[in-house]
Amino acid sequence: MEFVQQVLNGLSLGSVYALIALGYTMVYGIVKLINFAHGDILMIGAFGGFFIMGAFGVSPTTILISFIVSMGVCAIIGIIIEKTCYAPLRNAPRINALITAIGVSYLLENGGRVLPFMGPNPKQFPTFKIQNYNFLGINISQTQIMTIAISILLMALLNYIINYTKIGKAMRATSFDMNAACLMGININRIISFTFALGAALGAAAGILFASSYPQVEPYMGFMPGLKAFVAAVLGGIGSIPGAMLGGFLLGIAETLTKGFISSKLADGVAFGILIIILVVKPTGILGKNEREKV
Amino acid sequence: MAVLEAQNISIVFGGLKAVTNFDLKLEKGELVGLIGPNGAGKTTVFNMLTGVYNPTSGDILFNYSSDDNASKSIVGLKPYQITQLGIARTFQNIRLFKDLTVLDNVRIALHFNVKYNALQAVFRTSAFYREEGRVAGKAKELLEIFHIGEKQNELAKNLPYGEQRKLEIVRALATNPKLLLLDEPAAGMNPQETQDLMKLIKFIKDQFNLTILLIEHDMSLVMGICERIVVLDYGQTIAAGTPAEIRKDPKVIKAYLGEGGEFDA
Amino acid sequence: MKKNRIFNAVVILGASVVVFVILAALQYIGVIDEYNGQLLTLSGIYIVVALSLNLITGFTGQLALGQAGFMSVGAYTTAIAIMKFHVPMLLAILIGGLVAAVFGIIIGFPTLRLRGDYLAIATLGFGEIIRVLMINLGSLTGGAAGLKGIPAFSETENFVLDAVIKFSWVYVFAVITIVIISNLINSSPGRAIISIREDEIAANSMGINIAYYKIFSFTLSAFLAGVGGGLYGIYMGYLNPTMFGFMPSMNIVVIVVLGGLGSITGTVVASVAFTYIQEWLRVFKDLRLVIFGLALILVMIFWPKGLLGNKELSISGFLRKLFKRENNPERTVSQQNGSREGK
Repeated sequence: MEFVQQVLNGLSLGSVYALIALGYTMVYGIVKLINFAHGDILMIGAFGGFFIMGAFGVSPTTILISFIVSMGVCAIIGIIIEKTCYAPLRNAPRINALITAIGVSYLLENGGRVLPFMGPNPKQFPTFKIQNYNFLGINISQTQIMTIAISILLMALLNYIINYTKIGKAMRATSFDMNAACLMGININRIISFTFALGAALGAAAGILFASSYPQVEPYMGFMPGLKAFVAAVLGGIGSIPGAMLGGFLLGIAETLTKGFISSKLADGVAFGILIIILVVKPTGILGKNEREKV
Repeated sequence: MAVLEAQNISIVFGGLKAVTNFDLKLEKGELVGLIGPNGAGKTTVFNMLTGVYNPTSGDILFNYSSDDNASKSIVGLKPYQITQLGIARTFQNIRLFKDLTVLDNVRIALHFNVKYNALQAVFRTSAFYREEGRVAGKAKELLEIFHIGEKQNELAKNLPYGEQRKLEIVRALATNPKLLLLDEPAAGMNPQETQDLMKLIKFIKDQFNLTILLIEHDMSLVMGICERIVVLDYGQTIAAGTPAEIRKDPKVIKAYLGEGGEFDA
Repeated sequence: MKKNRIFNAVVILGASVVVFVILAALQYIGVIDEYNGQLLTLSGIYIVVALSLNLITGFTGQLALGQAGFMSVGAYTTAIAIMKFHVPMLLAILIGGLVAAVFGIIIGFPTLRLRGDYLAIATLGFGEIIRVLMINLGSLTGGAAGLKGIPAFSETENFVLDAVIKFSWVYVFAVITIVIISNLINSSPGRAIISIREDEIAANSMGINIAYYKIFSFTLSAFLAGVGGGLYGIYMGYLNPTMFGFMPSMNIVVIVVLGGLGSITGTVVASVAFTYIQEWLRVFKDLRLVIFGLALILVMIFWPKGLLGNKELSISGFLRKLFKRENNPERTVSQQNGSREGK
C-alpha cells in the first residue's frame, strides 16, 4: 500500500515536472537552446496565483482566473525574453546562448528578490483547506487530484495544438529543419515566439500547481524543479513531446519512491543519477531519435 | 602480395543495405578508381576501410609493414589505429582544421610519430625541442612539395578552395601512409586545376611509394590516371577492369545513363 | 637555439618573480590594503580553476558545466587531510588534486560517448551528484553544515604578513597552472587536444587517439580544479556543499567565456576582473545579482567572443608588431594567435 501511495504522490509531482519539461523540450527542439531561465517562469506563474488568490480568496473561480492570468502573463514574458535576449544570439555559439539563459535566470530570480511586493522571504501560498480522500488505504488530497487533472488536461490541449492545428504543423516542421521550413514560407520568428509562449504558459500552470502542493512561494523556488524537469526532458528524449511527459512522470515517481523508501536527503541525487545513467546508456533519451554525423 | 584486401564486406544501416558483398584487392603501387552514381556507396566503402563504420559482415586485410606476409584484419579497429597502421584519407566535404594554421594542420597529422609526451612538453625537455624542430621541418618539407609552404602561417579556412584540397592531401601524407584514399579530390576544380591535380597524384604516388584508391566523378581524371576501375551501383560492384574495358561495359553505361524507368527505383 | 631556450625560461621566471615581488611588497607596505590583497588572492584561485575549465571547454571543445564539483572534491579532500590526518598543507593540496583527478577519470569515461549539449548536461549532473554526496557523507564532510576551522595558510598574528603569505601560496599555484597549460597547449599533445575541438572525425582520421586525449584533458582539468578547490577551502577557512553547487560552476563558465574560450591570458584577465566586479557590485546590495544577470546578457549579445576570443595577449607579439619584424618560424601556437589579432 505504501508503495502505491508513493507512486500516486510521484504521479502528482511528476505531472508538474512533465509540464515544465514540455517547455524545455519544445524550445530545445526548435532553437537547440537549454533555456535555464525556464524554471523561473514557474516562479513567476506561482506568484501570479499568489497575488490573485491572496487578493480575492481561494475559490474555483479565482483558481481558474489565476491559471488564465498567470499563463497569459508568462506567455508574454516568454515572448519578451525570446525577442530581447535569445533572438540576437540565434546564430551565435551555443555556449553564448546558454550563458544568456543563465543571465536571464539571475535577472528573474534576483529581480524578484528586489521587487518590494515579492521580496526574498518565502510566503504562504493560499490554498483550500486540505481535504484527504481515502480509497482502500491510499490517501489522495484534492490538491493532488487538481494537479493531476489539470496537467493531463493541459497536455491533451498541447497535444491537440501540436498535432491537429496549422501552427502545430508549422512547429513540427520548424523543429525538423528550420531552414527548409523557412523556405516553405513558414514565418520562423513567429513560430519560435509561439513556442516560447506555449512553453512559458505551461510553466506558469506548473508553478501554480507546484506552489499549491508546497504551499509557499519565493523567488528561487523555480530553480530546483526547473533543473529536475530539465532532467525529465532529457530522460524522455529532449526534443520529444511525449518523451517530456513520460520523463516527467518517471522522474516524479522515482523521486517519491526514493524519499519514501531510501532517504529524503538522496532524493535530489536520484534525479541526477538517473540522468547520468540514461545519458550513458542511451544519450538521446527513451523516446529520442538517434542521429549520426555524416562523414 | 596485396596491400589491401576487402573480402565480401557488407554494411546495413537500419535495414538499408548500403554496400553488399564488396570485394577489392589492391596490389602494391596500384592506382585504382572507385566510381559510381551518387549514393552508390563509394564513401561508405571508404568509411569501412578507415574504421569510421564497421562492416556488418566480411573482412578487411591490410598489409601494414614492408614484410609481404605481415597482413592483418583491420575490422573493428578505430580510425586512428588504422591511420597509424598506414591508411590515410581525405574527405569529400573538406574537413580541415579550419581555424588553425596550415602548419598546425600538418603538424597534427604528424603527432602520433612525435617522440615526447605531455609531461616532457610541460617541462620543456630537450626531447621536446628536438622533436618540435623535426616536426616543423617535416611539415614544411611536405608543404613545399605542394607549393603552399609560404602559406604555412595562414589559417586553413583562408586558403583558396584548390589549396584546401591540396592541404588535405598534405595532411594525409604527413601520417606516412602506405595506402592513400582520396575522396573526390577534383571536386570543385576547373579543368586546368584537375590537370595539375592528376600530375600531382602521379607524382606523390611515385615519390612516397604509395598505393592509391580514389573516388571521383570527373571521368577525365579517372580515365586518365587510374590503372584499374571498380564501379559500384546500389552498393554492389557491377564492373571492374581497365579504363578501356569500363568505358565499353554495358552495365556501367546503363548505371550512368539509365534506361527508361530505371531511375524510378 | 639552446641559448634562446634558456633565455625564454629566464625571462618567464624573472617576470613572474618581479610581478610577485611588486604585488607582495605593495601589500606589505600597505599600498594594496588588506581587502584588495584578499581579492587578489581570490583572483588567483579563480585563475587556477578557470584555466582548468578552459582546458576542457576552450581547448578540447567539450562543454562542461560541473567544474565546481571537482573543486569541491579537492577542497574537502585537502581539508580532511589537514584536519583529520595532519598532512602538511602542500601535500594535502596535491592529494586533493589527485583525488579530484580520479573523479575526473571516473567522469571522463562515461562522457566519452557524449557530445555538445548532452555532455554539458551530464557534467552538470555529475556536479550535482558530487554535491549531494558531500551532503550525505556526513561523518567525513560534516554534511550540510560542512567543515569549519580549516587551518589557515599561516599562523602568524601579523595581519599584513598573513595576507602576504596567503597571496604567495595562491600566486605560486596560479603561475604553475599558467605554465602547465600554456606549455601543454603549445606542444604536439596540445595540438592533438585542439584538433579534437576543431573536428573530431578529422582528428581521428589523422591518427589522434580521441578517447585518450579527452580523458587526459578531463583528468588534468579535474586535478587543477581540485588544487584550486584545496586552496579555496584553506583560504575561506570553512567548507559547505552550497559553495559548490550549480551557480559556482556557472560562475567559472562565465569567467572562461568572458575571457575567451581557448585564451589563457583572457582567462587570467577575466578571473581578476570577475572577482573585482563581483565585489564592486556589492555596493548595490540586493540589486547586485540583477545587474550581474543583465551584464551577462548584454556581454553575450554585444561581445560574443569574450575579451580575447581564442587569441592571446603576448608581450613578444606586441613588440613584434611594434618593430614590424619578419615572421619568426619558431613561433608557437599562442604567439601566432597573438599576432593574428593584429591583422
